[in-house]
Amino acid sequence: MPTLTLRAARIPVVALAAGALLAGCAGMGGGGSGGKTINVLMVNNPQMMDLQKLTAKHFTKETGIRVNFTVLPENDVRDKISQDFSNQAGQYDVATISNFEVPFYAKNGWLLPLDDHVADDRAFDQKDILPSMRESLTADDGKLYAEPFYGESSFLMYRKDVFAEKHLTMPKRPTWRQVAELAAEVDGARKGMRGICLRGLPGWGELMAPLTTVVNTFGGTWFTKDWKARLTSPEFTEATNFYVDLVRKHGESGAAQSGFAECLNNLTQGKTAMWYDATSAAGSLESAKSPVRGKIGYVQAPVEKTKSSGWLYTWAWGVQKASRNTDNAWKFVSWASSKEYEELVGRTLGWSNVPAGKRASTYANPEYRKAAGTFSEVTRRSITSADPRDPGVQPRPTIGIQFVDIPEFSDLGTKVAQEISAAIAGKQSVDSALEKSQKLAEKVGEEYQDD
Amino acid sequence: MTSLTTPAAPTAPVSVSATPPGARRARRRGAALGLLAWLVGILFVLPVVWMALTSFHSEADAATNPPSLTAPLTLDGYREFFGVNGGADPWPPLLNSLGASLFSTAFVLVLALPAAYALSIRRVRKWTDVMFFFLSTKMLPVVAGLLPVYLFAKNTGFLDNIWLLVILYTSMNLPIAVWMMQSFLSEVPVALIEAAQMDGAKLPTVLLRVVAPIAAPGIAATSLICFIFSWNELLFANVLTGVVAQTAPAFLTGFVTSQGLFLAQVCAASMVISLPVLAAGFAAQDKLVQGLSLGAVK
Repeated sequence: MPTLTLRAARIPVVALAAGALLAGCAGMGGGGSGGKTINVLMVNNPQMMDLQKLTAKHFTKETGIRVNFTVLPENDVRDKISQDFSNQAGQYDVATISNFEVPFYAKNGWLLPLDDHVADDRAFDQKDILPSMRESLTADDGKLYAEPFYGESSFLMYRKDVFAEKHLTMPKRPTWRQVAELAAEVDGARKGMRGICLRGLPGWGELMAPLTTVVNTFGGTWFTKDWKARLTSPEFTEATNFYVDLVRKHGESGAAQSGFAECLNNLTQGKTAMWYDATSAAGSLESAKSPVRGKIGYVQAPVEKTKSSGWLYTWAWGVQKASRNTDNAWKFVSWASSKEYEELVGRTLGWSNVPAGKRASTYANPEYRKAAGTFSEVTRRSITSADPRDPGVQPRPTIGIQFVDIPEFSDLGTKVAQEISAAIAGKQSVDSALEKSQKLAEKVGEEYQDD
Repeated sequence: MTSLTTPAAPTAPVSVSATPPGARRARRRGAALGLLAWLVGILFVLPVVWMALTSFHSEADAATNPPSLTAPLTLDGYREFFGVNGGADPWPPLLNSLGASLFSTAFVLVLALPAAYALSIRRVRKWTDVMFFFLSTKMLPVVAGLLPVYLFAKNTGFLDNIWLLVILYTSMNLPIAVWMMQSFLSEVPVALIEAAQMDGAKLPTVLLRVVAPIAAPGIAATSLICFIFSWNELLFANVLTGVVAQTAPAFLTGFVTSQGLFLAQVCAASMVISLPVLAAGFAAQDKLVQGLSLGAVK
């Protein structure tokens, strides 16, 4: 009876499949969830992952509010947030947005103004938030639309031990010309070590961020006050030529494909002697596992014509206007951006993991200063001296240091970065890259000239 | 390699002088082809092996360049994936994926089997046009339908609902399933069906007792393909789900970060997420090979 045995053997298989179906059915997500629950959409950065780990044990335990996190990589999270917020679909109550998005998200009416909540929540202590951070999260209507989770500026990092071997000293306030000379001196100081690492990876948030700060301090700008594109101006050209020459002569190998992550790797593995990038890199460089811990010196962003040149960036919490849980959403924001949360991270995960760069009190905390001693003061000074409304030598049409705060900039900046990255790769001259870029920028500028 | 060399080894010393040069050449060509097959096979498996190895490394070892083969092994990546240290819980997305894949595959089978019957055994008029119509529904790039589907889902309140994905996956896989099943069912001898009908068997009996057993490998192959396609679908899952209905591939992307190291974690997560499909594939291997080669030689 072969059919019988076959059939007998099938029964467990069928039962298994049915069981799996039922299990799938029971666990599968259907509609929305009620009760005291909020949905948070955030970028996958280490600080956010720490927050996710601490939320249930602390925030939910204290308030009874359950938090559902959705975590995505940076580009995906931007897409998802703009999709959910522009449609006011209300899937997410809170999302991580940066100071790039806040001004035009607010203008489009996608964000909840937070002023009333801030005024009611004395313990949050809004005055403690660094002024440049507050400024960059306030829209043109003067209302506050987001609270910073952590903030960063940019500074110059260098290998103290390598500089000492070569009998070189890093000035406290270096100029870019000095940095270029130093890069030539330390290039090849050790086997496989280049002079400096600078981002060359296309992307408005990659190559364009450090390069725009160089342009600012060389006296250039993307747009004049009345939205005339200035990418072929002598200052913009000089700055770009300087940046491209420096990275081509003394920069990392494969520079046209190197971004923040690649440069971080290069400095960690001793493949570069200097690096100009985000202040938030210091946390990884000084972490317990880092092979270069204690060997790195930090100085302010190199300058030319301006007094300071660091950028300003923050991942902040914005509350969607369409959210039906705004009070609970604020409670979460207030907790995540609080002094208490910083203390909690310091005590449980270590002080170098604190989401810093947003509160004055962080830099007065002796325990934080002990853990972040080598870079905390430079970071604080870089953030406080950054002026998002006046980052260069001429008046600007809109807010922003390492970006021009218009929605079109993510596309424009990326296209221009592609041209300049091609120049770094040696595929075209800087002049031809900038001529093409100027045409792109003119088109965007014309849209705003009539306003 | 052993299975390849052993059959040749014992015969070689005896037959060296005796074999005519033509046969020797043929055998050499066979060995060369076998070697090539092994090389190509290894080339294809290598990334997966590499992923498996990396998933057991620590983040720092996974990021070293050149990569190290002998780095100490650790389960940290897997611990992180399963949220042992208080991270995200991977079970809801895994269950969502399982549910979406199983339900959509079941629906596809229920719909594709009768359709394929009408296109192969009891052919409808102009059946080739019908086949082409099914195929033509796959010609629109998926991304072109994304925005309308999103707006529809938003306005009907179906956003972040797994049943929307079940419907989408069913409709996306249906044309492929119909095409596959059509070719499998064409293999069923018409005489057999006629004989069954002569004996008084009605359509359901014919389908269940005659057609299904013969086409079983084909049905298995079709369902596995549908299951794999729905299990791995990312584009719709990424846009249409969020908090409650997130599927495993969308969850997987969450391990990628632009600050800090993530390679070992992502590899561990990818391993876990590809295991169910791999297991299903291995379990159905015999049927699958039968099924996939069933309609091949015609």
